[in-house]
Amino acid sequence: MFSSFMTNAWIVATIVAPVAGVVGFFVVLRGAAFPAHAIPNSAFAGAAAANVFGFSALLGLGAFAAAAAFGIATLGRRGRNDAVTALILVLGLAIGAVFLSSSSEYEPQLYSLLFGEVLGVSTTELWPVAGLALGCIVATLFLYRPLLLASTVPDVAEARGVSRYGMELAFLLVLAAATAMTVPVVGALLIFSLMIGPPAAARALTDRPPLAIVLSVCIALVTVWVAIASSYQTNWPIGFFVGAFGAFDYGVGRVWAAGRRSRTVRKRGREGDAPIDPSMVMA
Amino acid sequence: MHWVFEPGFFSSEPVHVALVIGGIAAVVSAVVGVFTVLRGQSFAGHALTDVSTAGGSGALLVGISPLLGFVGFGLLGAGAMDAIGVQRVRGRDLATGIVLGAATGLAALFLFLDTTSGATTGATQQILFGSIFTLDPSEIPIVVVFSIVAVGMIAALYRPLLLASTDTDLAAARGVPVRLVALGFMAALAVAVGLSALAIGAILSTALLIGPAATALRLTNRIGAALVAAVVIGVGVTWLGVLLSYDSYYWVSDQNAVPVSSLIVGLVFVAYLLSGLPAIRRLTGRRTVMVVTEAEEARLRGQRVSSRAAVRSDGDSPRSRRVL
Amino acid sequence: MSVSLGGRQILDNVSFTVGAGEFTGLIGSNGAGKTTLLRVILGLQHPGAGRVLLSGRARRRRTASVGYVPQKVLLDPDTPMRARDLVGLGLDGQRFGMPLPSATRRAKVDEMLKAVDAERFADARIGNLSGGEQQRVLIAHALIARPRLLLLDEPLANLDLRSGQEIIALLHGIAVEHRIAILLSAHEMNALLPVMNRVVYLAGGRAAAGTTDEVVRSDVLTGLYGHHVDVLRVHGRVIVVAGPQFESDDASEPDGHDPIIHVS
Repeated sequence: MFSSFMTNAWIVATIVAPVAGVVGFFVVLRGAAFPAHAIPNSAFAGAAAANVFGFSALLGLGAFAAAAAFGIATLGRRGRNDAVTALILVLGLAIGAVFLSSSSEYEPQLYSLLFGEVLGVSTTELWPVAGLALGCIVATLFLYRPLLLASTVPDVAEARGVSRYGMELAFLLVLAAATAMTVPVVGALLIFSLMIGPPAAARALTDRPPLAIVLSVCIALVTVWVAIASSYQTNWPIGFFVGAFGAFDYGVGRVWAAGRRSRTVRKRGREGDAPIDPSMVMA
Repeated sequence: MHWVFEPGFFSSEPVHVALVIGGIAAVVSAVVGVFTVLRGQSFAGHALTDVSTAGGSGALLVGISPLLGFVGFGLLGAGAMDAIGVQRVRGRDLATGIVLGAATGLAALFLFLDTTSGATTGATQQILFGSIFTLDPSEIPIVVVFSIVAVGMIAALYRPLLLASTDTDLAAARGVPVRLVALGFMAALAVAVGLSALAIGAILSTALLIGPAATALRLTNRIGAALVAAVVIGVGVTWLGVLLSYDSYYWVSDQNAVPVSSLIVGLVFVAYLLSGLPAIRRLTGRRTVMVVTEAEEARLRGQRVSSRAAVRSDGDSPRSRRVL
Repeated sequence: MSVSLGGRQILDNVSFTVGAGEFTGLIGSNGAGKTTLLRVILGLQHPGAGRVLLSGRARRRRTASVGYVPQKVLLDPDTPMRARDLVGLGLDGQRFGMPLPSATRRAKVDEMLKAVDAERFADARIGNLSGGEQQRVLIAHALIARPRLLLLDEPLANLDLRSGQEIIALLHGIAVEHRIAILLSAHEMNALLPVMNRVVYLAGGRAAAGTTDEVVRSDVLTGLYGHHVDVLRVHGRVIVVAGPQFESDDASEPDGHDPIIHVS
């Protein structure tokens, strides 16, 4: 599986995983799983448009992803955030469907946009992807402090001059960029699962934010590598393995967190001070 | 009226089927959707659409009835979401995402096996985008039955569901089994979504679930009015979409049936945006307060609205009668 | 200043001053306008009329001289952040980039954690802390930036009696030792009586400001509420009672002469 034929696949996965790990840390922190799913899906319309009108798919994806990000941030301000996200998602898909309907041989491209075609990456594509990946990571780290503040204690952040809306928009735009960059190479499904499974596991393993990001990246790398290897061995689509292993990562995180919680309660019980019962915060 | 209703509209059978099934799906989606949006579970609603379609791909592969695949998988997914993510609001979001990711992975696998086994070409497109115009009239009875089931579940759960959705603590205090109600709602959602995903396609399913409901809730505070408004809007945009699509001759060939769904989605989105206009807001006189009227809430709480009720330990709500 | 929101006059002609090292209580029932007032001082909301002056100068948005402790924070036990991390963000959380670990930073954080008596749980997850512990961490977060004014929105609301008393004692100590002005809102003033220098009493959208003795009197409060109110003092505690002329909104009330008691 390490033939030159597969080299690009390994390289691209190794580039994409850190982005997923870094951006995903904040996706999980902010409870932004829905936008993380909605933005790549509505970005697909851009790829379909690019296919019809003959311009760069990356441009199409980027434009539609950014539009979706903007829509979610702005419309979601006043209305119910999750309802707005759902509407933007379906609008993106619907627009994409319109472009799709004008070309009949789109099936394989559609499949690969959604589920990934890691093996089809050419060497020339690697450099732009690497560059964009670096850009996304740098952007996220640039936003680190105010985003962390706005994500955990938004009222306090607002009082300090960190605009809640500003941070939401900035974050969603970075998410859009990460999405636009990775969807053509690994598919919408894969990037989504990588952005939520590994960070969910990472946050259970450590209490410190920077360490959680590092762990998130590591787990994402391992996850995607194992997925590639499995896909190669069974010939099944890589998207399936990433979905499955992402769920596994999440499960490990849950189990670990539960174990840690019971250890904490026992320890605190001895000191006579009870933590807030998390199961009381019902949806 | 010639230019509005193109010749043959009312006599065309596919149009009849589309209007009937689309209409039913719109009604069910609207009713379930109001509660979905109210409970902030739009993500779960959408995720279940994708989960259902994964089930549909699996059904295609194994050769069992698509309905079984859609609804069955949907129920499984709903159960999984409920089991792993009920506790915290953010935790629920993540759990929904994980289930969605895993289910879509399965869909990838099923579709891959579908195409390699040579069962169908264009399976992805068909499953994902479906079409409201390629429905079989014989499916109408099944659609009706499952619709009644879904709406019936909501009706049965109505009062406890309403209370649990607007004020969880109060519901728990009054002995409402909140967890069970949540599970029951998820089941109803799974049935409604599975049904509509099969009948009208995954995209449209989510749009009709969330769109009219969200629009209705922007227009009114009262749950009864919201339900009615959502149904009216949902059926309205669906029928209008069918009409417009027919008029523009888009659906002449099978291939180009997809734009119908897109049209309806577009209308849904426009309706939502329109409801946000200041003019419309002034028209409906909507205040930015609660969903349930005082009288409805008092009935739910089994109390008379009186000054004595004001001396409560839960502090002051804007609707309480305390003055100090 | 005056503030309107959604067509309702929330605050009308409210005016008061808070001095350095003074402990001021903002008293009023819910809906009286306490949170609105705090938000205006923070610059999160604009007054329809009037202005806020800090140290004689008009307020700028990005000022570190006002610390804020909100009423409710939703902290998830799954969030990977320790108490000391949150306090550290108080130093420079509004700046871009990542914080560089340095000995001075760590020393400042340690010092602040010690000041609020939070060393025990400094390395615990913020989502795992009890209400009182979270409050201390938030206070440390606000204080580390060395503000001149510390605003707290209903800090006592979700605390049990003992924790509430500890927080009040802590805040009083901070006010005195660091000459920081403290303004905290509450709907119950008895817990604050021992330490409060001044009180701003909000009712009916209007306010009366001054010392407790000046403000918490029958005649003053009657003027505020717009109907007759009696202030009773029992063993050092204050009780505010609505008089019998108070109207009931519910016409079907059978015996509408019972006064509604509000223990302050």
